[in-house]
Amino acid sequence: MSEIAELVIARAAPGEPARTERFAVPFEPGQSVLDGLRHIRAQHDPSLAVRFSCINANACKECMMLLDGKVIYACTARLEPRVMVLAPLPNKQLLRDLVTEIAPPDERLE
Amino acid sequence: MIRSPIARTHLSTDVLVIGAGAAGLYAALAAARDGAAVLLVDRSLIGRGGATVMAQMTVAAAVGEPARDHWTHHLADTLTAGRGLCDPDLARVLCQQGVDCIREMDRWGVGWARDGDQLRQVQAPGHDRPRCVYVDFLNTGPAVSKTLRAQVQRQPAIRRIGDLCVTDLVVRDCVAAGAVAFSVADGRPVTIAAKAVVIATGGLTRMYRRNSASANMGGDGYALALRAGAELIDMEFVQFFPIGHLAPRLIGMDPIMWDPFRYKLGGRLLNGEMREFTESYGVAEDGSYVVTRDLATYAITKEVEAGRGSPAGGAYLSFQHVGADALRAAFGPVIDRLARNGIDLTKTPIEVAPIAHYHMGGIRVGPTLETAIANLFAAGEAVGGANGANRLSGNAITEAFAFGRLAGAQAAARVRGQAASAWHDDAARPALELVERVAPLSDTVNPAALVIELQAVMADQVGPFRTAAKLAAALARLDALRRALGAVPPGAPRTFDLARVDWFDLRNMLMVAEAVALAAAARTESRGAHQREDHPALKPEWRLNQVLRLESGRLALSTAPVRAEAAVS
Repeated sequence: MSEIAELVIARAAPGEPARTERFAVPFEPGQSVLDGLRHIRAQHDPSLAVRFSCINANACKECMMLLDGKVIYACTARLEPRVMVLAPLPNKQLLRDLVTEIAPPDERLE
Repeated sequence: MIRSPIARTHLSTDVLVIGAGAAGLYAALAAARDGAAVLLVDRSLIGRGGATVMAQMTVAAAVGEPARDHWTHHLADTLTAGRGLCDPDLARVLCQQGVDCIREMDRWGVGWARDGDQLRQVQAPGHDRPRCVYVDFLNTGPAVSKTLRAQVQRQPAIRRIGDLCVTDLVVRDCVAAGAVAFSVADGRPVTIAAKAVVIATGGLTRMYRRNSASANMGGDGYALALRAGAELIDMEFVQFFPIGHLAPRLIGMDPIMWDPFRYKLGGRLLNGEMREFTESYGVAEDGSYVVTRDLATYAITKEVEAGRGSPAGGAYLSFQHVGADALRAAFGPVIDRLARNGIDLTKTPIEVAPIAHYHMGGIRVGPTLETAIANLFAAGEAVGGANGANRLSGNAITEAFAFGRLAGAQAAARVRGQAASAWHDDAARPALELVERVAPLSDTVNPAALVIELQAVMADQVGPFRTAAKLAAALARLDALRRALGAVPPGAPRTFDLARVDWFDLRNMLMVAEAVALAAAARTESRGAHQREDHPALKPEWRLNQVLRLESGRLALSTAPVRAEAAVS
């Protein structure tokens, strides 16, 4: 039987009740956590919010989040065949799920 | 229609610049320098999305040091690479103005690699001499973004807003008048009144399964231009970068990262039998890096088809003959990043394969970068025509600079003394309804899955090697995807709703994908990046550009003679 990465994801948004959802992602060696999140969006739930632009280059630096309580880039953290707990950055305003407001204040829509 | 209760926000500016890569940043700077108030928006964060930040190495310009060079030599190489289809005026702007931009970026402290007091230049395929500057190590794009961003931040006349997705342009009496957008951050509908608009949204390579694009390179600027009444040109010419990383799986590294290694160290391209093979397709490499992108893409694809590919379905790229010290000297910390990915270049080759990388086609503009719609300009990769049927290595960042600067200056000149653009909902009506409406969520349609399906159609049937049958099948599948997507975005405006963003992206991508497939089906020859297996020869009578526009909501294709050089100075 093929291995599974079990992603436990904090889902929340302003005005909506917070919850935790678990997704089983087929594990392939070499994948990133972001690969797993993109798999979930395409296969299970397109509303899962995650911020990224460059996908794999670690150039845009947009995909910061918490993995098991530690700050990581989802594009450079390896997916592993175990339970992995993902949450948004704790010290930023939450927009939705794993996405926080990280734009400089003078580059936001007022 | 049910309308969202979220109040709309209205913004007003002289020049609206859409996209904050190198082209958009430079356009904003140029427009502000010439006295215009500028609104610079990006659907991602300012200076982080798009392609620029991902560029790793070469920027071509005839800066003339240390070897003697002149922009006319760069232009000659650009026109040759373009296989007869370049717009000579646009190519000239790229090569001539690019030199000034490289020097301006140098003064702004971008940090081009140097030998003593001279800019170091490497030779890239298709160039007749060393002409490409870069920032070590693999840091050209981030350094360019950071430098331009710092300049933009110093300009009080430039207002920057990220997380803002433009969905349609507003045109009144055939003159650009603004745009409709929504905030990705909070879902809010946004109207923007502008006296002039610069589209700097980059290319379309996200439409392909294997690509070196960011998530926001889905050709949205092309769709904005079409719906506004402007034209597209050369849409069939999608450049595949031949040696995109294939295996073993790397994380945290851009798939085009092997290009700089080849510039500096040569490297050997080998087939599955560990033999060099480009010679059988016309060009021997002998450990140097000389084969142009279209030929290398062809050679690798044909070796794979003949059963001589590498295990993952590409070719091997080997630096085993180079030696650990030379690798370390050339790439310093990158060697450690590779080691963390389990790769030791002194011991094993890696596998590479063609990957969608750049789009030569784009928005049709005149020599001042203005479209068929007055006060609507384009800049950077969004512009079609400068690179013809195949782009030279190093021309993409250069054109972002040169076209950004020219488009910004032209837009500023155009709006000087003009009264503020008045906003009228009537001119924006259908677009406003899309960003404000509330529709049921679909249980059956997953827009993220449709994006992947679209990428499969484009990769399998509108890739580098095409046939009439494959293109017809692609058009039928695109039509089915369009029906699946539906006419209205799912759900209601709300914070960071990626499914809704995907819907607006697909609306654009499906239109642009159809434009590529239609133009590819009509061009019954092979030229540059467009290779027809059922029409393998270049045909002189096809020295024509193909032009697309929307007529009554449908794409209409026509041909136009390649522009002769106008007296632009």
